[in-house]
Amino acid sequence: MTRNCIQFRSKGRTIRLDRFVPQATVLDWLRLDERATGTKEGCAEGDCGACTVVIAREHDGRLVYEPVNACIATLGQLDGGELITVEDLAQEGNLHPVQTAMAAGHGSQCGFCTPGIVMSLFAHFHGDGERTDRAGINDCLAGNLCRCTGYRSIVDAAREACAGPVADSFVANEPGTIAALRQLDDHADVFVGNEASFFAAPASEAALASLYQRHPDARIIGGATDVGLWITKKLAVLDKIIHLGRAGLDAIEQTADAWHIGASVTLARATPPLASIDPDIAEILRRFGSVQVRAAGTVGGSIANASPIGDLAPLLIALGGHIELRKGDAVRALPLEQFFIGYGKQDREPGEFIRRLIVPKLSAGTLFRAFKVSKRFDEDITTVLGAFRIGVDGGRIASARIAFGGMAATPKRATAVENQLVGAALHDAGTWRLAAERISDDFTPLTDMRASAEYRLNVARNIVIKALAEIAGVSSPVTRILDSREAVDVAD
Amino acid sequence: MSRIEPPNPSLRHVHRAMPHDSAFKHVQGAADYIDDIREPEGTLHVAIGGAPVARGRIVRLDLAKVRAFPGVHAVITAHDVPGKNDISPARADEPAFAAERVMFHGQPIFAVIATTRDVARRAATLAVIDIAREPPNVTVEQGLASGETVLPDYAFVGGDADAVIARAPHRLQGVFHIGGQEHFYLEGQVAFAVPGEDRDMLVYSSTQHPSEVQHVVARVLGVADSYVTCEVRRMGGGFGGKETQATQWAVIAALAAHATGRPCKLRLDRDDDMTMTGKRHDFRVDWSAGFDAAGRIKAVNLELAARCGCSADLSAGVVDRAMFHSDNAYFLPAFRILSRRVKTNTVSNTAFRGFGGPQGVLAIERVIDAIARQLGLDPLDVRKANFYRSGGDVTPYGQTVEDHEVIHRLIAQLERTSDYRRRRNAIETFNASSPILKRGIALTPVKFGISFTLAVLNQAGALVHVYQDGSVHLNHGGTEMGQGLFQKVAQIAAEEFGIGLERVRITATSTDKVPNTSPTAASAGTDLNGMAVQIACREIKARMAKFAATSWNVPEEIVEFRDDQVFIGNESVSFGELARKAYGARIHLSAAGFYKTPKLHWDRAKGKGRPFLYYAHGAACSEVIVDVTTGEMKVERVDILHDVGRSLNPAIDIGQIEGGFVQGMGWLTTEELVYGEDGRLLTHAPSTYKIPVASDVPDDFRVALFDNENHEPTIYRSKAVGEPPLMLATSVFAAIADAIHSVNPGKPVLLDAPATPEAILKAVGDFDAAAALANGHGLPGHGIPGSGPT
Repeated sequence: MTRNCIQFRSKGRTIRLDRFVPQATVLDWLRLDERATGTKEGCAEGDCGACTVVIAREHDGRLVYEPVNACIATLGQLDGGELITVEDLAQEGNLHPVQTAMAAGHGSQCGFCTPGIVMSLFAHFHGDGERTDRAGINDCLAGNLCRCTGYRSIVDAAREACAGPVADSFVANEPGTIAALRQLDDHADVFVGNEASFFAAPASEAALASLYQRHPDARIIGGATDVGLWITKKLAVLDKIIHLGRAGLDAIEQTADAWHIGASVTLARATPPLASIDPDIAEILRRFGSVQVRAAGTVGGSIANASPIGDLAPLLIALGGHIELRKGDAVRALPLEQFFIGYGKQDREPGEFIRRLIVPKLSAGTLFRAFKVSKRFDEDITTVLGAFRIGVDGGRIASARIAFGGMAATPKRATAVENQLVGAALHDAGTWRLAAERISDDFTPLTDMRASAEYRLNVARNIVIKALAEIAGVSSPVTRILDSREAVDVAD
Repeated sequence: MSRIEPPNPSLRHVHRAMPHDSAFKHVQGAADYIDDIREPEGTLHVAIGGAPVARGRIVRLDLAKVRAFPGVHAVITAHDVPGKNDISPARADEPAFAAERVMFHGQPIFAVIATTRDVARRAATLAVIDIAREPPNVTVEQGLASGETVLPDYAFVGGDADAVIARAPHRLQGVFHIGGQEHFYLEGQVAFAVPGEDRDMLVYSSTQHPSEVQHVVARVLGVADSYVTCEVRRMGGGFGGKETQATQWAVIAALAAHATGRPCKLRLDRDDDMTMTGKRHDFRVDWSAGFDAAGRIKAVNLELAARCGCSADLSAGVVDRAMFHSDNAYFLPAFRILSRRVKTNTVSNTAFRGFGGPQGVLAIERVIDAIARQLGLDPLDVRKANFYRSGGDVTPYGQTVEDHEVIHRLIAQLERTSDYRRRRNAIETFNASSPILKRGIALTPVKFGISFTLAVLNQAGALVHVYQDGSVHLNHGGTEMGQGLFQKVAQIAAEEFGIGLERVRITATSTDKVPNTSPTAASAGTDLNGMAVQIACREIKARMAKFAATSWNVPEEIVEFRDDQVFIGNESVSFGELARKAYGARIHLSAAGFYKTPKLHWDRAKGKGRPFLYYAHGAACSEVIVDVTTGEMKVERVDILHDVGRSLNPAIDIGQIEGGFVQGMGWLTTEELVYGEDGRLLTHAPSTYKIPVASDVPDDFRVALFDNENHEPTIYRSKAVGEPPLMLATSVFAAIADAIHSVNPGKPVLLDAPATPEAILKAVGDFDAAAALANGHGLPGHGIPGSGPT
């Protein structure tokens, strides 16, 4: 069954669109077509958050409200969801609690970032657990730049609004909204356009494989958090877009020793299983983009775009991760590091797509550490990221898998460092130093706008030392400004 | 935590913490910015074609493919300018479109006018531009070597500084760099031009300076000023970046409207905005100082070399203000403060909150820190030893600091409330046992001169109407960019008429209501426009009072306006009723107010005078933690005490203080402008240019207003607040330097701004992380040469 339109909910209505440019963005649809100008464009690259809207979808029987950057979200991604914008919050003349707290608490000055901030806080308002602690509010706001207030008033408004129960008209209407969204869930393959130009969202992996084989020149998108910038910044013309969102690649499964994570699982949903491997992964994922980016961006997309500064790949390489690719009916798996061939070049054939990631858990006697260094802690692209899986046996290093991002044209293993370590005494600063010195055998990094090559080498060396020192027993409050390791796991 | 003072009970509206006038619209997306104005049918959209190189001569410009692109209506270049191809504020040195020579990478060469913005942007990429390239001067050093300047050198000289330094008991010298800063207003540059009959042009512009937009649009179109109207209701942030930098886009939108006869809108993409508009000036500072054993400065010699970019723009005033503030709060007995306005092939640098002041302040604060390190003194003690004082109260430019005792009291209070001394000791203890994480603390002052240093700009106008229903139309020359000016001025109008704030209708700034206005800048928006509005309101009120006194046959003095009523002897009528009756008696219920700042005089040739009506003061104490193995840094606590006189609206003022501080913190830490050798700006988007986010602001952020009133008769004895708090962030930079200093006590800290992780690591120098971590934790260093406890 094929449906030749997208359908989503907005303002209590079902919207069906059967004619739009495949690469149309949610923001342009709102501002230009609907003339709904409350949502603002600040940067058109998913960084400032002024365009934040909320998309609500049903997960496990309840409605989940996620903030999304409308500037780089393609219109077709709205299919099956409820779109909520800043104009929708006040109902019957009553402001939403986050709006009241922001206005009364002097949380706006110029007001241009405010609609986006209100929407991020609206999503946070509907979130789980403790919503008034500063760290959580910081995370909720990491994707919203404000140049006027200095944020204190916004943080206080968030605390004020979230101090009460999760109750508003949206919660009250949830059963009705869920029922309406279920009505939209028809398991049909979405195909809007024609053979030369289309937005498609196949409803099964088989349909995806078949469509992509027929159109290997199509652009696959997960959350479009990277491809969106090709549209807004490179002015790329993407005639054929295939969206993974409905293709059934969103399963998270585990075996005794590994997690299997579908390619279209968002970074937000992938966080709990990956974080369960080690708290450092939780921290790196917390700093990955922003809530908006993690709500849309997928693990498959993060690997497929093969950025040398993507944060997921070095973590998974160090863990010994594999990926599964599919073309037509043929499926193959390969170690993740072999997927990255060179800058912008991957081991992926035309018509072939990533179907899932296989991420091993840590076995007994192995320890994990990861460090990300960037100009700004939150919502910043990595300058250097180092990930370490170290096996320790009787005070000696039995195994080492170490991968770095930001140090080469691709995420890459530090094999010289690994070789230096295997067999060496862990509790010995000499081991740490000798291993660190091998960094320059592994990497010849670039100088760019983030940092010089010299700085990158220096920091990478120090990260090696810090990781080994921690594994040897130096506690993380001594080694880290941002200390997020809850348990001290060190070698004996 | 913020302290808000109790209001004066006799005043109903001023001195009260009220929300921003648009707050309830902001949170609903109902506040309209230029791009939200409903476009008339037929509106066209404009995109810019910029120079692909930083310097050279245009050999060929082939726009045929651009013109042929479907949806394109017209393409305009320098040849399509009916008037003068000149958008500069004063010196005729910057064109709307480059005609023959390219001065910086991205400089506009042509504009495409098309049915949609998307079409215009795509078409603009199709131009063929051949340029005979010349090697660009990019860095300030390259500019200095070339000898090219945008304006002549200028100096304040008092005594023979070099001779005094040579004789001083202690001497130091150094060089350091201060980075620039992108404004990153959230609403990018935008203008919308609507042509009218004859040659009228109405331009909606996101500008801090509507009058300049009006005048320059008229100049470029070749029409009289009276044909052009510029209007702006609000900006989505300005920070100085829309003082002159909004003009070009308004001009090009107007040229497009002129060329096509249709409404035309130009909204820059963020990357183009960052590439094509000016920023805060970066500086190289060469300094030497002589001082005594107590750290008291005997003389300083400062050379401030500012990268001005390709044209003068506002560099005259910006760099002068850097000089005016290179004393900060310190008495300099002998001085030579030289400034150089270096020309480079980069975008012309411009106004940015503080207008050069922050660079001057940072320069002298680095000198003070260096002195303290050299002498082994607490930097706070060296600061105190140098404050303006009786017998040492004259600035290098000849103005007497009349209220110099304020900074002494303010610093003493903050030193106490921030618990500075105890925390400094605690930090020393922490650092002694922490191998790679080091804390630092600093308490630094700010003294900032208030008034435009270009005297002519210290004037303002207002237009106030009272209608027959008692509602008030409020208009003035100031613009709203989020700073709360409109709210403060509305509070003043309500106070003057004794009416409810809801009766005061705030209206868009427009050059056809109040002409010949100054930019909303120099922190002076409320000082100037608030006074002009007060004058206008009092004029109308006096006419109404006179009418009431005559009608009711009572003395004029007993007519009182309050609580929406007018009390006339034993009777009272509503304000609206009196307005209706006054109209019936043919009383004029409209007034134009005009104000000019008193007492100012400035002789630039002599370098002496009184450029400022008064000074705003403040101080901040910041504590940071630094990882000396990566250069990562976090601000852990900030205490601020700031002097806004008698605050008109404490909530708005605290918002300015917090926002200014955080913006300054960004400038000095994560915000790094990186140019390639070819003159391209490499950090042209928020993905690579990092302004502070929420987590960069410490949870422990204590802001209080200093109990003071302006000794000058400003509006309700308030003080300006827009720019001064930005310089409170100097404390963060000094605290970082303090943390780095703990690694090698006594060694000078050579830290350039911004203090990015890389800059911090460079200042730390060689550091043996393995040894530090091993020895700090009882693990063996195993006899590795050079390993030892730090």
